[in-house]
Amino acid sequence: MLEAIEGSAAVARAVALCRPQVIAAYPITPQTHIVENLARFIADGALRCELVSVESEFSAASVVLGAAASGSRAYTASSAQGILLMTEVLYNIAGLRIPLVLTCANRAVGAPVSAWNDQQDSMAMRDAGWIQLYCADNQEAIDTTIQAYRIAERTELPVMVCMDGFTLTHTLEPLEIPAQEQVDAFLPPYRFERALDPMHPRSIGTVVPPEYYTEARYAHHRALLRAQDEIVAADADFEAAFGRRCGGLVSVDGPSDARIAILSIGSVIGTLLDARDEYPELGPVKLIKLRSMRPFPADALQKACAGLSDLIVLERALSPGGIGIVSAEVRAALSEMQSPPRVHGFAAGLGGRDMPLELYPHLIAAAKARPPVRFSIVDVDPSKVAEEDR
Amino acid sequence: MTEIRIDGRGGQGNVVAAYMLARAAFEAGRFAQAFPTFGPERRGAPVASFVRISDRPVRRRCLVREPHYVIVQDRGLLHDGGALQGLRPGAGVLVNSPRTPGELGLSAPEVNIATIPASAMAAEILGEPIPNTALLAALLTLTELLPLDALEAVIVRRFAGEEQRRNVALMRAAALRVIAGAWKERGDA
Repeated sequence: MLEAIEGSAAVARAVALCRPQVIAAYPITPQTHIVENLARFIADGALRCELVSVESEFSAASVVLGAAASGSRAYTASSAQGILLMTEVLYNIAGLRIPLVLTCANRAVGAPVSAWNDQQDSMAMRDAGWIQLYCADNQEAIDTTIQAYRIAERTELPVMVCMDGFTLTHTLEPLEIPAQEQVDAFLPPYRFERALDPMHPRSIGTVVPPEYYTEARYAHHRALLRAQDEIVAADADFEAAFGRRCGGLVSVDGPSDARIAILSIGSVIGTLLDARDEYPELGPVKLIKLRSMRPFPADALQKACAGLSDLIVLERALSPGGIGIVSAEVRAALSEMQSPPRVHGFAAGLGGRDMPLELYPHLIAAAKARPPVRFSIVDVDPSKVAEEDR
Repeated sequence: MTEIRIDGRGGQGNVVAAYMLARAAFEAGRFAQAFPTFGPERRGAPVASFVRISDRPVRRRCLVREPHYVIVQDRGLLHDGGALQGLRPGAGVLVNSPRTPGELGLSAPEVNIATIPASAMAAEILGEPIPNTALLAALLTLTELLPLDALEAVIVRRFAGEEQRRNVALMRAAALRVIAGAWKERGDA
């Protein structure tokens, strides 16, 4: 049913529709409303679920690790420093190949402290071994949450659903909340084959010597790569059941003859769609939405970029001293093409800086640079920077 | 699309007002988006929320730079001068104040300014000086952006019993304090 509802409240509804059995979380802005809503559902008796109050994000992640390892459908959510405090456990969850869903309400990471949105927190977890799906809008946040459980349970890999803090979490808009029967049909009760069972004691997370460590890591890597098929299938089956899709691994919008494209990730896509309509004189431009950062869909991306002369990558996090987190990977993936597009790497919107429609003509103009821009922060104001850092 | 900014102070229900307006648009069959800006998270600090109302789904996620209408929940914010800046020609600014725009010394070229004693009316009718219902009713009446019924539907969903009755009464009283259609809807919504 269509409702005017805040993004966080909608995601909490989506989580509840997936019938989680254990939730543990620690409050941090901008994630808080999601878990507050879930706690209320449980207190009101609307959701039968164990809510474990913990003293830190490290414990929250540890509780859901244990719960999911014992066969429960489990959920947690966090942001920024909270995600970083989970780091060790997130690596363990992934390495133990435990199916779990976590919402990252994306927020900048200090210092300097910022409550506002960028994607530094989830990008810092890029190599933790989780599937990472980024949401372009709140409908995708609802739909991806439901898909995430199916993907996690079929791949036995944890899924991080990344939604921009405030921009999505605190925005109220009309959203379609699926019916319980529909979600139940899409997401049947789950049985974890490797669930811990006191009647048949086993150890997990033991030390692995050099004789097997490489193979365990290789298997994990292969599982992530294989998960691409499940991500695509979950989205296709979701569309068949609910009439909406989120764009699989990577999706393209725009005229097929466009030679220029902007690739981005997360909720800035909507602003770029409007901006393209606002500036038709800038010519045909494709907009490429990268939904899956892990696994990184190199093959799908090559297809999406066929025929392009220039690809502008707009990312929302920074690897200081590096050459772009997303753009470096995109450039590497496209280098295998017969005639790859020039890749121009930009970051913008760090720590909540507004990304207005005027960003679009700026990006299109910047793509005229020869040689292409390796990497720059496109919306920096040099007048606010000390002379030696300009 | 019509864009609205609501200026207020932390603790005044600034976000609630934006959400109520977007919900009213939804009740009226329109598309809408409402979101806060978060500054210092403390009571009394200046805060702003934004609402977009459109006949099509709202896709952009940037801040509202040039609102068609501004609601000022706390007239003390006018001392900053920001409330009257960055407005489109023909914009409307509704200020929560018992004084007239002239008495407040408010004027700006090509900007319509109106005042309504929303806090005082709320104190009398609700028993608490919560200005949102009165301000939203006055804005919708001035602009005819949405029918007042849509706001009433939101109030009926949000409040129950005596609280609901008093909010509906406040809504009606506020609507009578301004000139209907004086700021007839602008934008391409």
